[in-house]
Amino acid sequence: MKYLKFILAGTLFGIVLSKAEVISWYRIYEMFHFQSFHMYGVIGSAVLLGIGIVYLIKKYKFKSIEGENITFVPKQMSIARYLIGGTIFGLGWALTGACPGPMFILVGKGIWSILIVIFGSVLGTFLYGVFRDKLPH
Amino acid sequence: MDWITQPWPWYVAGPMIALTLFLMLFFGKEFGISGNLRTICTIAGGGKYAEFFRFDWKSQKWNLMFLLGNVLGGFLANQFLTPDQTISLSEKTISSLQELGFENIGASYLPEEIFSLSNAFSIKGFLILLIGGILVGFGTRYAGGCTSGHAISGLSNLQLPSLIAVIGFFIGGLIMTHFILPILF
Repeated sequence: MKYLKFILAGTLFGIVLSKAEVISWYRIYEMFHFQSFHMYGVIGSAVLLGIGIVYLIKKYKFKSIEGENITFVPKQMSIARYLIGGTIFGLGWALTGACPGPMFILVGKGIWSILIVIFGSVLGTFLYGVFRDKLPH
Repeated sequence: MDWITQPWPWYVAGPMIALTLFLMLFFGKEFGISGNLRTICTIAGGGKYAEFFRFDWKSQKWNLMFLLGNVLGGFLANQFLTPDQTISLSEKTISSLQELGFENIGASYLPEEIFSLSNAFSIKGFLILLIGGILVGFGTRYAGGCTSGHAISGLSNLQLPSLIAVIGFFIGGLIMTHFILPILF
């Protein structure tokens, strides 16, 4: 039962991204053409509210459901890693119109061809793991 | 109840994504979906080939459960909450896709030209989906996160690395949309 809350949070996220059409290839295409405010509104309002949430959690030392302090692990600084990795991700994101969450939401929607994208993304992750030491970080 | 079957506007979706972020933090976890791809590699035996996959995947079960919820959410939204699958795209988007030879633009969530099974199992279609997936999987792990981990979690915590990653997402996305897609279609 301790996992039920994660399933429910995931279900909420899946419904939201479906209903807001964020899982639509067209919406991603439109975003990269700057032809609609929709995606910018979704991401922008989520981030602005997220900044407020994180700020309040830190300020008031808000505790987790298990009564522990909520901690944030700072990300290590590197330009090469985030810029190159991010650019490669962006190429795939715009081609398939799906990032890792939406891929799985689309499975629930019954889009079977997305399984090829998921297989590719697992393969891509595997290739990263294998070549990790040879890449600039 | 009518509102629930209509497409949800950004000012509903954005706050609900922030709510998801809050829930995950409240559950004591950091919101980020792409880590699951690494976990799946580990479960599939990736540890035999790379140190990167040698970790106790059971510690990540919670995130796999979140992913399972995503599938469930997609199913529920599709089955019960979305009677009309058309998407109101901007006129400019429709005309620019028409120029690329796309038809029935916005008639459903995804273009037939990429996602119909007959296209997905043509050689070109298969390679588009497979290579696209590889780029997503390789890139997100290299960058240490995807849209949820960097754009939502990282930016919410004002992490400069996440801002750099998001700039990368856009560089890649713009190159693909403006220069490579017109070659492919």
